[in-house]
Amino acid sequence: MESKSRRWFLGRGALGAMWSAALVACRAKPDAAPAEPRALGAAVSPYGSRSKFEKTTRFFNQNTKVPLEEASSRTPLHDTYGIITPSSLHFERHHSGVPEIDPATHTLTIHGLVDRPLAFAVADLKRMPSISRIHFLECSGNSSSEWRGGGAETDVQRSHGLTSCSEWTGVSVALLLNECGVQPAATWALAEGADACKLSRSIPIKKLMDDAFIAYAQNGEPLRPEQGYPMRLFLPGWEGNSNVKWLRRLKLMDQPAMSREETSKYTDLMPDGTARQFTFDMEPKSLITRPSGGDTLPGPGLYELTGIAWSGRGAIASVEITMDGGNTWQPAELQSPVLPKAHTRFRWTWKWDGKEALFASRCTDETGYTQPPLPQLVEIRGLNSNYHNNGIQAWKITADGKITNGNRA
Amino acid sequence: MAIALERLAILTLVLCSASLSGERSLVAQSPTYGVGRPPTAEELKAIDIEVTPDGKGLRPGSSTAAAGKEVYTRRCETCHGPTGTEGPQDVLAGGRGSLATSRPLKTVGSYWPYATTLWDYINRAMPFDHPGTMTTDEIYGVTAYVLYLNGIVKEQDVVSQTTLPRITMPNRDGFVVDPRPDIPILRKKKP
Ligand code: HEC
Repeated sequence: MESKSRRWFLGRGALGAMWSAALVACRAKPDAAPAEPRALGAAVSPYGSRSKFEKTTRFFNQNTKVPLEEASSRTPLHDTYGIITPSSLHFERHHSGVPEIDPATHTLTIHGLVDRPLAFAVADLKRMPSISRIHFLECSGNSSSEWRGGGAETDVQRSHGLTSCSEWTGVSVALLLNECGVQPAATWALAEGADACKLSRSIPIKKLMDDAFIAYAQNGEPLRPEQGYPMRLFLPGWEGNSNVKWLRRLKLMDQPAMSREETSKYTDLMPDGTARQFTFDMEPKSLITRPSGGDTLPGPGLYELTGIAWSGRGAIASVEITMDGGNTWQPAELQSPVLPKAHTRFRWTWKWDGKEALFASRCTDETGYTQPPLPQLVEIRGLNSNYHNNGIQAWKITADGKITNGNRA
Repeated sequence: MAIALERLAILTLVLCSASLSGERSLVAQSPTYGVGRPPTAEELKAIDIEVTPDGKGLRPGSSTAAAGKEVYTRRCETCHGPTGTEGPQDVLAGGRGSLATSRPLKTVGSYWPYATTLWDYINRAMPFDHPGTMTTDEIYGVTAYVLYLNGIVKEQDVVSQTTLPRITMPNRDGFVVDPRPDIPILRKKKP
């Protein structure tokens, strides 16, 4: 059933050349036996750190004309496990650097169209009923390089490393707003940070009253400075930029402020020259993280294939895998927990036959939306919308075991 | 002396507003949890900085592109270039008519829907490495100059808290509401 229309990410029928080159199986020499443990190990320590043998880091491009305070660093998705991203590896995107904020003096002021404007200290928030939620956070610029097919050498960290997932703890925004008494005229709230650019975004009140919260902790400890210490706005499922870090105020208003970040940036330019605005939710997306671009398989055989799927609109319902460039799809196994608006880990056992293949995952969320092939999005949105690319990510393996970016195939 | 008098005036103002709206006394904490406190007038003044398209939030002041050119040269040019097109940082001018082409250039002139956003952004964030170090009139001046570089105001046009919100930007009507999902949903959720 090689209907041409379904072979979407191939561009042309390149997969036809099935060649079975003889594989040089890499036989690893047996390692030297580990020494019998006799020497005493290290003493207890006040704050843990990882093994010196582990080297994975966030990636950022240091060779740019853009100041590194206005840059991003990316999570090594190929080298993280389960669904929680270690806080130290959570992606970063700042617009004017990471401020150093003293929690003893920082306040969150809620004002504007409210009956009782109030300033809350961090300690105030910690006295109130807390909630903990596991949610992904994704920059809407994630995988924007792939609109034009990306680079052949692109790995999963460079292409998709602007998504991470944490357990966030804080206080419901609805609860805080109710304490302040929201006036009926309020339809939006301006969220503003205490960083040097006072980053600001307008958020519809409906979202704030739904599942928004003020997070003061991440993965069991206070937020990292890069994640908004001592408090940030958290809007489950919504584009990273709207989750304002170092939050200093929420002003209830009867209109959006039309800040620079919601006009000049974070708007999606369409082929007809109009731009979509307030494109908040991150649509269903998945990708295979291991093995992936940059990996080399030692030879044919069984491999666990694993990746993550997420949707800003709810829980992941299913993930499917193709090994033949999108002609056929088979269900992957979802690893529990499967949580709404959170990374969901999937796995699949792959018997690689040593032949060239184009492989990918696609997910469907509980609303029934299935992650589309990239060309389907391009057809509607063109090549210049930059943000919100949730198209399928393909990887290509050649007979020598090398895996590269299949979006270029 | 002048400072002391100003402080006294602010204090009187705070006290008056506190006694006028009886609710804003020091006991006005959150009703259910008894936490938080009313922000002082001074605190609010320091953070209540946003400017909306109707011009609310603009501080009184004015300038022209002619006057703003000098400020721009001193405070902005190293990062944005003499005419706002040279970089190395964001291009601020040009690109008109390019949005529907294969190589769109998004700038203040070609893309931004509101002139008030420009004042707001410069006030809160620029110069990048020293935000908050320009006078109000300097901000009107560089705002006017960036608009001038885009052919939106003339060199001698007065840009002020009353005229700025009246400027209609070329791409004022270029934005649409997010229509996503924009692909068909194949498997509708069972009710
Ligand atoms: C030290 C370098 C530097 C200086 C000096 C500087 N800027 Fe910027 N400017 C930047 C950077 C970097 C950005 C992008 C910031 C971001 O994206 O968060 C920027 C962004 C802007 C933008 C937004 C552009 C867009 O399309 O979104 C405007 C407008 C702007 N600057 C105006 C000015 C003005 C006016 C001055 C002088 C008062 C100035 N800048 C001085 C570095 C600078």
